Amino acid sequence: MPAKNSLKTLVVSSAVLSLGGLSSAMASNGFSDDVVRIGVLTDMSGIYTDLSGEAAVEAVRMAVEDFGGEVGGVPIEVIHGDHRNRADTGASRAREWYDNDGVDMINDLSNSGVALAVAAVADERQRHAISNSASNIGLTNDYCSPYVTHYTYDAYSLAQGTGKTIVEDGGDTWFFLTVDFAFGIGLEEQVSEVVREAGGQVVGAARHPLDTTDFSSYALQAQASGAEIIGIASTGADAINAINALAEFGVSPDQRPAALLLWYDDIVSLGLDTAQGLMLTNAFYWDANDETREFSQRFYERTGRMPNMAHAGNYSSTMHYLNAVEAAGSDDPDAVSEKMRELEINDFFASGGYIRPNGRMVHDQYLWEVKSPDESEYDYDFLRLVNTIPGEEAFQPLEKSTCHLLNGNGCPAIRARPWPGTSLHSSLAL
Amino acid sequence: MDILGIPIQALMGQLMLGIVNGSFYAVLSLGLAIIFGVLKIVNFAHGAFFMVGAFTAFLLAQYMGANYWMTLLLAPLLVALFGMAFEFLFLRRLYGLDPIYGLLLTFSLVLVLEGGFRVAFGSSGQPFATPELLRGTINLGFMILPLYRGFVIVAALVLCLATWYVIERTSLGANLRAATERSELTQAFGVNVPRLITLTYGVGVGLAAFAGVLAAPIFHVNPAMGSSLVIIIFAVVVIGGLGSIMGAIVTGLGLGVVEGFTRVFYSEFSSTIVFLVMVLVLLLRPAGLFGREEG
Repeated sequence: MPAKNSLKTLVVSSAVLSLGGLSSAMASNGFSDDVVRIGVLTDMSGIYTDLSGEAAVEAVRMAVEDFGGEVGGVPIEVIHGDHRNRADTGASRAREWYDNDGVDMINDLSNSGVALAVAAVADERQRHAISNSASNIGLTNDYCSPYVTHYTYDAYSLAQGTGKTIVEDGGDTWFFLTVDFAFGIGLEEQVSEVVREAGGQVVGAARHPLDTTDFSSYALQAQASGAEIIGIASTGADAINAINALAEFGVSPDQRPAALLLWYDDIVSLGLDTAQGLMLTNAFYWDANDETREFSQRFYERTGRMPNMAHAGNYSSTMHYLNAVEAAGSDDPDAVSEKMRELEINDFFASGGYIRPNGRMVHDQYLWEVKSPDESEYDYDFLRLVNTIPGEEAFQPLEKSTCHLLNGNGCPAIRARPWPGTSLHSSLAL
Repeated sequence: MDILGIPIQALMGQLMLGIVNGSFYAVLSLGLAIIFGVLKIVNFAHGAFFMVGAFTAFLLAQYMGANYWMTLLLAPLLVALFGMAFEFLFLRRLYGLDPIYGLLLTFSLVLVLEGGFRVAFGSSGQPFATPELLRGTINLGFMILPLYRGFVIVAALVLCLATWYVIERTSLGANLRAATERSELTQAFGVNVPRLITLTYGVGVGLAAFAGVLAAPIFHVNPAMGSSLVIIIFAVVVIGGLGSIMGAIVTGLGLGVVEGFTRVFYSEFSSTIVFLVMVLVLLLRPAGLFGREEG
């Protein structure tokens, strides 16, 4: 019997010892499961595939490869998934990734509805989420979180760029063609505010469902409104169809369309004949300087397309996240969050960029004009720089943000946790 | 003069646009109705064939230099041939089985076709130029109508009426209707019924492709262009009466107009109105507006 007992003791104690050894190994390298896993949650099969999609995944992969494939001695892994433009699908995929698959950071997040839903999950699970493709400023206002970063652009910067310039240029009566969900409505609100602040007037709006093919009746309503500017608060295929319909129905000479969120890919699709003269606010253009050209050339070789601002943002934000992980020496979300806000972003995408306490990455935005076919000298030579909007002007002033992390004066406040009393580490372990 | 606060001119404009959209619905639902009437197959791939028609036209124009009129003729023929091959190789095996098999097979074809075109051409779409002859606009007094949209109405109506004539007034149509009602008896009279069925599927699919080519200059040619339409087309066929040729044509045009007016008064509701009409019609006339009650 004593022999049996001592054997039992030996087995139990060796098990305890090995477990203890394991946990101390995990603690010593500071990485939760010996891998930093990045999930790219994007539209792989719907209306926004070209704006984000497979190319967004490739941009993140490029960043990981350029970073060296590992950070702090552990490998970096990239997985991807399709949110199918549905907020519930996006949120449940995010939950699954954070809870079961050990995903440390979710990137891209095209579609504002999806991005807001995933931001709420990220905040609840205390893991990182970065949106590069969505525009809704709720991400840095009511839905803000220490773990959520809004990186490339937002509805406010679009309004400050395209909206403000057009109003200042004399276009002061507006009619909106708005896609009927969080993104379109948010964008319409932002631009309306800019128009009214500048003394202009919004005479009306027509809301259309996502993925509308026929815009002819909206074109007629826009004509009948008599507004000088037809603001198109949609993007991708919707914006393309709207611009085509307005061109086909020939809005009267004293009316002109203003595409509030036009992507580089949309211009490729529209063709310069139709798109020439349109203004667009984009954070990135492949042909801006030598650095952007170098990145874009490599991107083109891998994907067969030039990167748009979200693709470039996916690369830059992944790099920034990994730099923060390296600086923190851990993938602990709080430590990484602190480092992300501390480190400055200087690469081909942003110069002197930084992340505010509410998660807004502040960097310069650019107003471009689409060239005419005659002005375009080589392949993909589409845009001319009109204006640079300094980051501080382009994004919502902190004092206007309703983010609960700020105390109302734009200063960081002590954050109320969703479950008071739950310590960070115990909830992480869950 | 205003009606409910909307100037009558604006309403007339929307009526005209409703007829243009209704023309697409009519051609598409006509094809669907013919296929259902003869094959008793719920052709879920109808929207995909519409999209393939537009893409075939785009490819013919882009890579073979075909002009618009050639594409309007060739693309429906090519897509019809593809459809006939699909019927001959796959669909044929499902006759007599539960209709759900046909629905599943055609739905899987949608996924394959849309997915394939998305991989090859992306989701933003490809531009397709309006033919030179039909550029410009006509001033109708109450609205400026792009010439091409006027052409769509004429082309769609001519095609619909021609199809109706062939089915209702010619001996080929008589054989077809006989095959639908009593297929074995028709075969006993020496009519090759299986070939007739393949041909019917080809014609239905060709009509969808024709509508696709008509739509190409108006809508951007993109892989999802059919999937948003196909649900409405199903509603049109159900409202018109399953398998009813004239029902499909008249209901298609009518619903286009109803949808157009809804866009003026309450735009957010425009994607739902068709289904509300469907519910009402099914409550009042379960066999549809032009359908015959069975039994």
